[in-house]
Amino acid sequence: MVGAAPPLGAPVLKVEGLGVRIRLGRRYLRALDDVGFVLRRGETLGLVGESGSGKTLTALALMRLVETSAIEADQGAVLFDGEDLLSLPERAMEDLRGRRIAMIFQEPMTALNPVLSVGRQIAEVLQRHLGMKRRAARAQAVALLDQVGIQNAARIARAYPHELSGGMRQRVTIAIAIACRPAVLVADEPTTALDVTVQAQILDLLRDIQAEMGMAMLLITHDLGVVAETAQRVAVMYAGRVIETAPVAALFDHPRHPYTRGLLRSIPRITRERPAALAEIPGTVPGLLALPRGCAFAARCELANAYCTSVRPALEPIGPEHAVACWRHPDV
Amino acid sequence: MSEPLLELRNLRKHYVTRQGLLRRAGPPVKAVDGVSLSVQRGEVLGLVGESGCGKSTTGKTILKLIEPTGGSIHFAGEDITHWSRQRMLPLRRQMQIIFQDPYGSLNPRLSIGTILAAPFEIHGTAPAEEIPDRVGALLRLVGLPSEAAQRHPHEFSGGQRQRIGIARALALRPQLIIADEPVSALDVSIQAQIINLLQRLRAELRLTYVFISHNLGVISQICDRVAVMHRGRVVELAPRDSLFFDARHPYTRMLLAAVPQPVPGPRRRVVAEAWSPLGEGALRECAPGHFVAEYSA
Repeated sequence: MVGAAPPLGAPVLKVEGLGVRIRLGRRYLRALDDVGFVLRRGETLGLVGESGSGKTLTALALMRLVETSAIEADQGAVLFDGEDLLSLPERAMEDLRGRRIAMIFQEPMTALNPVLSVGRQIAEVLQRHLGMKRRAARAQAVALLDQVGIQNAARIARAYPHELSGGMRQRVTIAIAIACRPAVLVADEPTTALDVTVQAQILDLLRDIQAEMGMAMLLITHDLGVVAETAQRVAVMYAGRVIETAPVAALFDHPRHPYTRGLLRSIPRITRERPAALAEIPGTVPGLLALPRGCAFAARCELANAYCTSVRPALEPIGPEHAVACWRHPDV
Repeated sequence: MSEPLLELRNLRKHYVTRQGLLRRAGPPVKAVDGVSLSVQRGEVLGLVGESGCGKSTTGKTILKLIEPTGGSIHFAGEDITHWSRQRMLPLRRQMQIIFQDPYGSLNPRLSIGTILAAPFEIHGTAPAEEIPDRVGALLRLVGLPSEAAQRHPHEFSGGQRQRIGIARALALRPQLIIADEPVSALDVSIQAQIINLLQRLRAELRLTYVFISHNLGVISQICDRVAVMHRGRVVELAPRDSLFFDARHPYTRMLLAAVPQPVPGPRRRVVAEAWSPLGEGALRECAPGHFVAEYSA
């Protein structure tokens, strides 16, 4: 909060070659492999993928929220403010988390403390991170509830999470997340548990806050519609890797990975002419225990050949800000 | 028009709430509050709406898994509203349900073969020696190998488990399937597989579906007609094209506007039109087959 903010579009967070492994007895599973992307000030990067693709694990790893004896970020770096978050002492990370980098989750009820009023939960963040006095923090909490579009903010500040609707609860977690005006907001499926009309309100709110504060947002979602309308750039994950990254228009108009193309084709769209059948991606996502040697998508890919099944493709640039991990991308 | 396979007349399901220390009866929760719908044989009728709108309660009440508070349910011309469990048993062969979470509805201790044999055993529709063959045929029908019968639910992915749930629903050759959010827990690539399967089965077996979903894209792909529910009532009922491209009710229009489209570009803000139901919100036909609940702006 001190000093001039970097210009819009300046990189604020760089994830480089991030790898996470999970220990299972004497074996290790590679859950994330060589994950990389850049978050820029004022921008939203959509991180998309299906269940088990590693998108949530990526977020938890960069927030340093996964470290247990069994799960470990053992490769790469997460660069923020010139420092690698992965090598920061835990105390320094605690100071950063919630202040400079904040996170919101899919299910706001589990992110909130059920026995504290929501106003108090917001105030605690302000007291802890900004050293505000209790009265000032309580007053600021009401102002934040007002900012996230809650009417009767003073009254709601005294309410407990169970007294609020799902949409209201998510507004409260957003108020907590933005309380210290973070540089980065990590939003993990923030609207997945909400009804579609409430989802629209929350997405509008996040966009307004972002425009006002210039924060960078990592938006994790399985919903390509949400990404199309909210993000400027997209990274698509599959089996623990980023397999394509591009500006949103390029990704939707000219996807270059067969998986991205398959995902886009399989969405039921509300169009006058409906297809007799939806395009399917055959098969299922491979388990981490059975990842193939070559491209993890090869077994489901209509373009795959012997080379694809034996040699894993790396993410290679193919155009302006467009990179893809596919040997067959010229034919997609 | 021929006799509908299913008809709901002014169906209601109210729940009594208890409040305060003395557990006095509070105002009832009107989960379903006067729903009238008919479903033709071979048709897919969509029920769409947000959480708490009553779509799922309506589906379960059709099967009498929930007893209605009022109104009536007619199946193949017979009023089954007050039929006893005993009397319902043979009818259950003809109406089946598919749930959102197939894992929660498959007993984890039983093999798939045992799970799929149960309907034949309960209803006595196949001699014991024929059951393994019937089970194998069912599995192949839903795109699984016959050998799946030897395995247990946890060995299957979410999409495969939903195929098993569909196989179980089809075991007794029902006429009507209530599909309650059948693809909502699935990833989009798997969702497409299951929607295609349901469409293929409908054509091959001449099934009738009541398809319940909150996902308007899914509804638009599979349904012939759609009923939009709000607070226990139908606010709009129309053929698929009319509903999606000529919506008349402000609630339907808001719902459609709120769906994120997989087309890049900034979202337009959803502006809710103010409305309130007029009287009992009776349905009025505004175009052939297109009904809108009366409202005031």
